[in-house]
Amino acid sequence: MLSRTADHLYWMARYTERAENTARMLDVRVQYSLMPQSALAEEQGWRTMLGVSELQSQFDAKYSALTQKEVIDFMVRDPDNPSSIASCLRAARENARAVRGSLTTEVWETKNTTWLTLQQHLKSRILEQNPGKFLEWVKYRSHMSRGVTLGTMFQDEAFNFIRLGTFLERADNTARILHVKFKFLDSDVIQTDEQVEFYYLAALLRSVSAFETYRKVYRDAITPTRVAELLMLQPKMPRSLVACMCAVVANLQEVRNDLSQDTERLAEQLYHKLQSSQIDDILDEGLHAFMTKFLAQIAEIGNGIGRDFLLPVAPEVEEVAETQTQTQTQTQTQTQTG
Amino acid sequence: MPNFYDEMYSTTATVRPHYAAFAEWLAQQPPQLIEQKRAEAELNFQRVGITFAVYGDNAGKERLIPFDIIPRVIDGAEWTRLQAGLVQRVTALNRFLHDVYHDQDILKAGIIPREQVLNNAQYRPAMQGVKVPSDIYANIAGIDIVRAGEGEFYVLEDNLRVPSGVSYMLENRKMMMRLFPDLFARNRVAPVEHYPDLLLDNLRSAAPQGVDDPTVVVLTPGMYNSAYFEHAFLSQQMGVALVQGQDLYVRDDTVYMRSTRGPQRVDVIYRRIDDDYLDPRAFRPESTLGVPGLLDAVRAGRVGLANAIGTGVADDKSIYPFVPDMIEFYLGEKPILNNVPTWQCRKKDDLQYTLANLANLVVKEVHGAGGYGMLIGPASTQDEIDAFRERLLARPEGYIAQPTLSLSTCPTFVESGIAPRHIDLRPFVLSGKTVTMVPGGLTRVALREGSLVVNSSQGGGTKDTWILES
Repeated sequence: MLSRTADHLYWMARYTERAENTARMLDVRVQYSLMPQSALAEEQGWRTMLGVSELQSQFDAKYSALTQKEVIDFMVRDPDNPSSIASCLRAARENARAVRGSLTTEVWETKNTTWLTLQQHLKSRILEQNPGKFLEWVKYRSHMSRGVTLGTMFQDEAFNFIRLGTFLERADNTARILHVKFKFLDSDVIQTDEQVEFYYLAALLRSVSAFETYRKVYRDAITPTRVAELLMLQPKMPRSLVACMCAVVANLQEVRNDLSQDTERLAEQLYHKLQSSQIDDILDEGLHAFMTKFLAQIAEIGNGIGRDFLLPVAPEVEEVAETQTQTQTQTQTQTQTG
Repeated sequence: MPNFYDEMYSTTATVRPHYAAFAEWLAQQPPQLIEQKRAEAELNFQRVGITFAVYGDNAGKERLIPFDIIPRVIDGAEWTRLQAGLVQRVTALNRFLHDVYHDQDILKAGIIPREQVLNNAQYRPAMQGVKVPSDIYANIAGIDIVRAGEGEFYVLEDNLRVPSGVSYMLENRKMMMRLFPDLFARNRVAPVEHYPDLLLDNLRSAAPQGVDDPTVVVLTPGMYNSAYFEHAFLSQQMGVALVQGQDLYVRDDTVYMRSTRGPQRVDVIYRRIDDDYLDPRAFRPESTLGVPGLLDAVRAGRVGLANAIGTGVADDKSIYPFVPDMIEFYLGEKPILNNVPTWQCRKKDDLQYTLANLANLVVKEVHGAGGYGMLIGPASTQDEIDAFRERLLARPEGYIAQPTLSLSTCPTFVESGIAPRHIDLRPFVLSGKTVTMVPGGLTRVALREGSLVVNSSQGGGTKDTWILES
């Protein structure tokens, strides 16, 4: 398939998934902010979230106060924030539009309708009145998009590149959601008591739709260790790191070409590491360090995919060089803002 | 005001026979249902993303082309005659193109002044003597036709470069069948849905010799082009790749596309990019839309282009007046479809006549398109006419003049209810080993009262076009 087509499909999927995960991450915070807590603690919570998304400086440059309203504004509707839900849904739709011929009518119409409806939501007062409801809608549209993709797309290369984008982005985002949580609990400012801890973990589990699953798997109290285990190492958990990496490896195998050996090997190594690790080993190593390294490796796999498949594959002609730079810039920006 | 021919009514109260079933149906529909269906149509077009991009002020914005639910109906017998006329005309135009780029018999015979062709900016010397598959240059032609009276059709324009609009023909039909399935049970409407299959067959036949299973692609300038929807639509319907210039490269006069599994050879390009932008090495060097070296690949016979490079020399408005002569010259037949009488302002007498009659004439730029740069005398103010006179005098060879045709009207939904609005028709003619077309075309409608400009860039709308099978 055309490299540029693969590029659009891959980024369409990444942006769709990113919009959903931004919604999930915000949802945890919105739910958690309903808990009684000091203004400082609340601000610290939002700040940690921005930090993990690597958006802190961009936010500070634009907003003076750090309250729920501002952060939601920034993360939902701000067109200058490439990770805002509006930016992601727009980019998903633009990428889909660029290759609408490679999508089923239903997939395209779903992306397009999401984008059109978003315009109405942004004009309404739903964000101020009921942010939770809006975030729910974002998640719902993402489910819809995924369902339509699985239910209608022919499972050829186009499908594989969509899946690659989805799972790589999801791995990145699950890692970040966990990262926020552990940074947050580690920070000095907040003295966590057990109750706060419980509500936070419960909100986190709900944000990745894992609350009921946790109960089913552990039939026990909610502890940070087990939450980390579930979201990192449980292969049956659809948003866990190991499940995402399993799908990345499988889809990479399907699209394999002469250049992709290194990227495949990197993905396999990461997958096997997760498969064979015990949560205690990871905690000994330090979760923070683990996550930092994991995110870097995910970014490296992303760059590898860009290099091996998405850049125009051709012999050395001058104009190739030009196109390459364009795509690389795109990849870098996306990785940074991921 | 002249009396216009109306497609549906022969007098205010009398419905033409081929519209009878529709009129009866329309009379039975409660107004609110129609209103609801119109809203539904708009919503659907928005959702499907059948939009076109607007250049200029609102650059980057996407707009819907207004869709009118009252179809334009043509009876079978009339279509048969139209079709014969279209086949004849497009055949002659292709013969002309082949002649111009080879022996130039028509110039030697003095039918068309040599300089009219060879000094034309659309004439591409690089194509001189180049063999193209089946000797066909305009594989896809969109011929704009208007009706002035009973059985009286005129060709307004031959579009032989990258005619667009066929996707609207197909989507309009789909929309009508979705909104009003019962209408299709009452009328025997000839199907148009197989157009993409005909197009793919046609494109495959444009492959270089010796290629049995050609790889066909659609070449688009990209998603910000006004017709991007159509490019994506056609490539999807045909199941071929939609590429941009950057996706292709030429090596050893062979065209390849950059795929996820390495280079893949391309045999036929359905290009939706104008000649000027097609190959920066051969034409405009600043173009980033094209493929460097493409012309060489064409000249080497290693790739088929549809349409061929250089077709513009046959659809230019300065060549238009000669099309009836071409038909007689190449085919020895009388033209079936009329040409609009045309005064060529490069000629002294014609210019005099035009200047004296500006208020009654339509004056067009020879190289204009999209309804821009033209004067519609009867619809213009004295100031506009005076301003145009200056431009005309400054460069008379750049203009032609035609009488203001009384374009037929068709009942159309407008703010005040149903009212007659002027329409035209663009059938799409495919030429390869044979000349084929689907029964129908794109009907465009000028939504402003009295307006004769049907172009979508200027507020025109579209209608479904029905050819009734007898």
